[in-house]
Amino acid sequence: MADTPLLEVKNASKAFGAVQALYKVDFEVLPGEVMALVGDNGAGKSTLIKGIAGIYPFDQGEVLVEGETVHIHGPRDAARLGIEIVYQDLSLADNLDVVANMFLGRERLLGGVVLDESSMERSAGETLESLSVTTLKSVRQAVAGLSGGQRQSVAVAKAVMWNSRVVILDEPTAALGVAQTRQVLNLVRTLAEKGLAVVIVTHNLHDVFEVAERITVLRLGQRVAQFEREKTTQQEVVHAITAGKLDHVPGMEAGAPAAVAEAEAEAGAEVEA
Amino acid sequence: MSSDPTAAPIGPVPGGARVDERHESATLPGYVRLWWQGVKAGELGTLPIIFGLVLIVLTFSILDDKFLTERNFTNLLLQMAAVATIAIGVVFVLLIGEIDLSVAFVSAVGAVVMTLLLRPDDPGWPWWAAVGVALLVTTTIGLAQALVITKAGVPSFVVTLAGLLIWSGVVLILTTQYSTAGTIRIQDDRVVGIANDFLPEFWGWVLAIVVVVAYAAIQLRTAIARRSRGLAGKPTVLIVLQTLGLALVTLAAVWYLNQDRGVPQVIVILGVFLLFWSFIASRTRFGRHVYAVGGSAEAARRAGIDVDRVRIAVFMISGFMAGAGGIMLASRLRSVATNTGGGNLLLLVIAAAVIGGTSLFGGVGRVIAALLGALVIASIQNGMDLMGLASGTKFVITGLVLLGAVLIDAFAKRRRAARGGV
Repeated sequence: MADTPLLEVKNASKAFGAVQALYKVDFEVLPGEVMALVGDNGAGKSTLIKGIAGIYPFDQGEVLVEGETVHIHGPRDAARLGIEIVYQDLSLADNLDVVANMFLGRERLLGGVVLDESSMERSAGETLESLSVTTLKSVRQAVAGLSGGQRQSVAVAKAVMWNSRVVILDEPTAALGVAQTRQVLNLVRTLAEKGLAVVIVTHNLHDVFEVAERITVLRLGQRVAQFEREKTTQQEVVHAITAGKLDHVPGMEAGAPAAVAEAEAEAGAEVEA
Repeated sequence: MSSDPTAAPIGPVPGGARVDERHESATLPGYVRLWWQGVKAGELGTLPIIFGLVLIVLTFSILDDKFLTERNFTNLLLQMAAVATIAIGVVFVLLIGEIDLSVAFVSAVGAVVMTLLLRPDDPGWPWWAAVGVALLVTTTIGLAQALVITKAGVPSFVVTLAGLLIWSGVVLILTTQYSTAGTIRIQDDRVVGIANDFLPEFWGWVLAIVVVVAYAAIQLRTAIARRSRGLAGKPTVLIVLQTLGLALVTLAAVWYLNQDRGVPQVIVILGVFLLFWSFIASRTRFGRHVYAVGGSAEAARRAGIDVDRVRIAVFMISGFMAGAGGIMLASRLRSVATNTGGGNLLLLVIAAAVIGGTSLFGGVGRVIAALLGALVIASIQNGMDLMGLASGTKFVITGLVLLGAVLIDAFAKRRRAARGGV
């Protein structure tokens, strides 16, 4: 594993009105690594990945890709830098087939006009095969007819198709059964083995301990802990999620107990967008 | 595969299908089997409509012996052409999951604008300029309505309902202002000819042969190109069978039409529209984005598609095709009047698109639905006219057919959703 993080976020803060959704958060992921991002509802997980994606840019802080500062102002910038985000089941159009979904918005054309279906179909098939996604009957099948795990696999394959280097998966197993979850977690491992940096955002600690090398815990908009899987236990992570020590209190660096409680109450009101 | 002890070996999940099925579609039985699986899963395509059409033709030919005559067949096509033309635009609107209730009166605005511009010496424009401006006006109306829908975020149902009232008012104002009896005649031979001229027998045959040969050539070329890239192409046997089927239908139709007055010019125009818009919908990036917006606007947005731009373009297509259909209708009647665009035109057009297999839920349907649906509607209307049924009865029957089509759509959607469940 290389030592320069593929993606690094330094000192990121973001406020929505009076609510401090993120406060001085550091986050990083190395190439070939699966980093889990965990935390309770309202901990700031979504805010962090949306900031990386450029959907809500951070108020403060910087994002570095391979050690260089970058400016991301929207999903297209993120894609250009090789950062792809797979949202919970929201990135597929049911009525289109697998190929059409994987190339949606980036269709290949013949002569600048006609869709180059055979070239797209081949690349889609190759990408799926390279990810060992072998349960699809046909890449010309409409996504509506796929199982939850297959859908998630297609969404991931769609993301990695574009020479992406960082793949962020938002709750990839939230709605899946046991076999389907297995399938997606295998896929996550495959991505990391290919040298990609993988971030998996989840509530499910079982999944975390199955695939992740490291675990970042957010609580009330701050990073309260970072663990290596080998050297920690589920209890320890759960404790950090529910009662991790907050280093900073927005607007009051001293961190008096009363101010902490107040900040907690305030940050707890955050709604995960 | 993995050095990580917790990672299970990667492979098919129990119960998952085999990879080999990807190439199943290369053989005829395999192709048919996959198609049938799709039908059972709710991908009905044009199956119910073709079945329905055969049923309708059989019923009326038994009930009335004039139904299947050459003359009546020609009339039926003439009645159908304008409805199908307007319905093409409606298919696009339905594909993105919206509705356009203004099409009938927008078509009337187009017809009236053209007719006014053609009035001899006042201003007496040449036919092409009048037609061009009329289409420009209706396309602009589509643009204006789309801007309200997208920028103000008002549902298309409401905006185009307002449009329905506004444009019916405009038609009334213009026709009463520029005529005394409420009717303005069209005196330009070219424009009257749009819906009243026929191809000479010889050119009818040439057209039929060109259509069949072009179809076969395109199908073969696609299949060969796919196979050369190692992908499953359509089986050659199937292409031959489909081409023979198309040849049979086309040549029989041309032969039959030639027994009467020949192939109507308006059918050629409709054919060009159908080919062009089918191409746009199924072979271009814009078409793909139309389906994506209808399937999931959120997924389309996340894929970087400018959803509002697609919506605006689609409503402009609807305006344009409404204008074209309006011109055909005016040409057939050789005039416009205060009631142009009124009556049940709107209902027939939307019913045609839906009966043809376009889903009201968005994202599902093909341009050809406009033709198939219009054929069904026109056949029913024409057949009931021949039988001399009362207006009330005709409305009830047309309504029941529409209801049936919508029920099939809802049922197919449920099947698709059942298959799509986790």
